[in-house]
Amino acid sequence: MLRSPFTLFIFSAACAIIGSAQATVVVEPSSLQGPRPLQEQTAAGAIRDYLQSWKDLRAAMEQNRPDVLDSTFVGTAKDKLTETIQQQAKLGIHTSYQDRAHDIQIVFYSPEGLSIELTDKVEYDVQIADRGWVKTIQHVSARYVIVLTPAEVRWRVRVFQAVSE
Amino acid sequence: MRSRYPFLFCGLTIAAHLALAQGTSMVLPKTVEAGNAFSIQSTGSGKATLYIMGPGQVLKREIQLGVTTQILGGSLYNAGHYLAFLSGDSSTESNSFDVVPATKPANLSFLAKPSRLSVGLHDGITGTAYVFDTYHNLLAAPTPVSFELSNPSGTVQKRIVVTHDGAAWAAMDSTAQQGIDRFVARIGEVSSTRVVGQVPGDPCGLKMNARQSGRLVQLVTDPVRDCSGNAVLDGTVVTFTETYKGNQSTIDEPLKHGIAEVEISAHSGATFSIASGVVMGNQIRWEK
Repeated sequence: MLRSPFTLFIFSAACAIIGSAQATVVVEPSSLQGPRPLQEQTAAGAIRDYLQSWKDLRAAMEQNRPDVLDSTFVGTAKDKLTETIQQQAKLGIHTSYQDRAHDIQIVFYSPEGLSIELTDKVEYDVQIADRGWVKTIQHVSARYVIVLTPAEVRWRVRVFQAVSE
Repeated sequence: MRSRYPFLFCGLTIAAHLALAQGTSMVLPKTVEAGNAFSIQSTGSGKATLYIMGPGQVLKREIQLGVTTQILGGSLYNAGHYLAFLSGDSSTESNSFDVVPATKPANLSFLAKPSRLSVGLHDGITGTAYVFDTYHNLLAAPTPVSFELSNPSGTVQKRIVVTHDGAAWAAMDSTAQQGIDRFVARIGEVSSTRVVGQVPGDPCGLKMNARQSGRLVQLVTDPVRDCSGNAVLDGTVVTFTETYKGNQSTIDEPLKHGIAEVEISAHSGATFSIASGVVMGNQIRWEK
């Protein structure tokens, strides 16, 4: 916790760069179950779209705008995040999910090519503000399981769930 | 919001942390099953606001410090990692916990491909299942899924596959008999069914006969079947070719009622051949 002017200075400086820092991304070699080979271009596209989903998640949660989720989320993931945003708006809460580091591994490419599952050991900062007052910033490490399905021109996140390690 | 006013937010955060005082703590379970009730024990005195925050859900409660706070069953049901944050007049406390999926599977998302294919293809049909609980949380724990492909003749192929991170898949052979198959993924009492149409394969042993019909020659195939004995579908195109003195003429004719027939002008010494796709049939040399 913050206990000295020096610490406060450091914390202020750290806050100033929130939002500008890019998350570090590590992609582990795929550990695929399933018979379908995964082309490098397909894997790169899925990971690119997944990382974009974090940007959209952050913007949607910060602004309490579920429509921001439309381009990168679909199905269950979109429904649940939308519900969260509606709860936040009702309670006067805003949150910010700033991803800091991703350690991604593709674990499943379904035989018919209609879904890709990946895991992500992700580190992110969560900032909670209630009626304009920032209550806390917490650093979180969690393992996520993500299922992506293809849409017209991109992969969309259909399942987005942190799982117990 | 924060991106517009980063310095304001940071300043407010700092102010909030400056207000810290000792003496409040919070005890809560490390994991909670989705939809289950649980309690949070806090120490200290006075009123505080409890925030339970995650991408999947948000709860906010005004609580009395030092009193056990009950979170009722059905309140927190979306699996994920949650922060519990207690904000009092003069103290804050934070902790985290996981909401894990309910142990009982309640939903299956089942993809099967293709919906129509030829008979006799090894691993021609694939199915993928994702397993969810009643709140549509992915069951990441290993769970056995039964895949079963049955056709009208009673032939059944069955595979039991344990999920990995909530997903399981299986490949099945299309059988020798045409018809509508049922492809079922099942976990306990939960099942999902897809219909797979198996259609005849390519013609096999394609054969025609020729006979005089007035001034023409009538070419008629035997009933066209695939290598498993299934009647090839009407509409499948059969090509008749006449070769005479180095010239070729062809007629494409679709199967009707399982056979194809054409009448063409006859030249003594001509050779007739028949094919369907890449499958060649017999040849007949016509002599008047």
